[in-house]
Amino acid sequence: MPDIIIQAFQKAIGLILSGNAEFYATIYRTLYISGVGTLLSCLWSIPIAVMLGLYSFRGKWVIRGLFNSLIGVPTVALGLLLYLFMSRQGEFGFLHLLYTVNGVMIGQAILVTPIIISFTASALSASDMQIRDLAKTLGASSLRTDLTVMRETFWSIILAITAALNRGLGELGIATIVGASLLGSGTIFSGTRVLTTSIALQINFGDFGLAMAYAIILMIIVITIALVISLIERIRQEEAPFKVWRVLGRSGGQ
Amino acid sequence: MTSSLTIQDLQKTFHTVKALQSLSLSLEGGNIVALIGVNGAGKSTLLRIIAGLEKPDKGCILFNGESVTDGKLRQMSTLVFQRTAMFSRSVYANLAYGLRIRHQSETEIRQKVTEALIAVGLKSFEKRKAKKTSGGEQQRISLARALLLDPKILLLDEPTANLDPNSSRIIEKTIRARKNDDTIIVVATHNLGQAKRLADVVVHIHDGKIIEAAKTKDLFENPQNEITRKFVHDEIEF
Repeated sequence: MPDIIIQAFQKAIGLILSGNAEFYATIYRTLYISGVGTLLSCLWSIPIAVMLGLYSFRGKWVIRGLFNSLIGVPTVALGLLLYLFMSRQGEFGFLHLLYTVNGVMIGQAILVTPIIISFTASALSASDMQIRDLAKTLGASSLRTDLTVMRETFWSIILAITAALNRGLGELGIATIVGASLLGSGTIFSGTRVLTTSIALQINFGDFGLAMAYAIILMIIVITIALVISLIERIRQEEAPFKVWRVLGRSGGQ
Repeated sequence: MTSSLTIQDLQKTFHTVKALQSLSLSLEGGNIVALIGVNGAGKSTLLRIIAGLEKPDKGCILFNGESVTDGKLRQMSTLVFQRTAMFSRSVYANLAYGLRIRHQSETEIRQKVTEALIAVGLKSFEKRKAKKTSGGEQQRISLARALLLDPKILLLDEPTANLDPNSSRIIEKTIRARKNDDTIIVVATHNLGQAKRLADVVVHIHDGKIIEAAKTKDLFENPQNEITRKFVHDEIEF
């Protein structure tokens, strides 16, 4: 087993240095689909989260409970549902989204919606009520008060978006079913292939080393995104002027 | 013209607790009014209603004889909270927040912030992160942030609770310096020494009702109400 992992690391480094166009296209496509899908989801998820996190209305807790329970929705189940909707006979068949990058992207946007809504709404509702009162007593309108609270919980919202992005990067079901990207290279479907489907495809081919190499690269991407976000947050907490080396050198929280 | 604030028949209930019961009061600028009373008497609720942060179940508030909505009250008043709240920004940004809402120029904002910080003895604090300052400094920042908006109604909820004597002295001095005919100043406190030092008029609230209101000297030296007498002689636990 350790030999496979060492070989996988060697293959991963080899792939990174190889300049292989298909490999880089897969990484780019992975980031593009999950990144744009997550941003697309923010368009409706953040306003819904603000409503659920900052306002009181009848049925609010039922809706929050529903989104909380949808966080763990199996991606294959959602992929199957989307397939039925996007197929030629489906309600959205006329949009020709099946087996396209846009189709997978929309699927991922739907997949991460409960994550962004639930995490952001929780962060907003847990924010200090006194911040709302403070903004109001200083003369802020309702909209400005909401924006102030969002600014105060900015890093919690970023964390929710990062979690959503990571969920998108690591999902397989939608990319497999909606993108049909488990079909072999050279087919028309290889244009929807992402890192997770590449891993699955290499396992099908019996090339565990290459599958592992893709997995390592996926892990590196996910961990790098989380680290960069954490680093930026720590820098923001510092007194100006920023001293990056002090942030990097600190081990404990403040 | 001296500003006036008239509170008529205010009632507020939280679930089953009657926080205010038919409370009426008239306040005038040029005086500092202290609200005293035990915890839960209704002082903070009254301040929050005057600040427009809470809607009364019944009753109304008149400013200079005209009825005002809670939105209008929010524009005219500023409340300094007992537990200080700071935005996660610099001291400067905290002080500038209300002025930016009022569309003041950056030059004006800079000048006002500098003056306000000098007034509370925090001259060089502009660039510091507000949340990283001490409790006493945060309370002084809160006061400076309220004062530079030049509110018609300045409300302070236990402004020196848990502060060291130096910070308390600076805050009391700053409040006293703001006393003028145009500004109505109301301080909720259960520090009776502070009420004596600071206030011209003292209002004793008990169970959501005003049980005595008088000039400071009269209320402390010759209270008319038995509960007030016990309270000022420290015979009621709070």
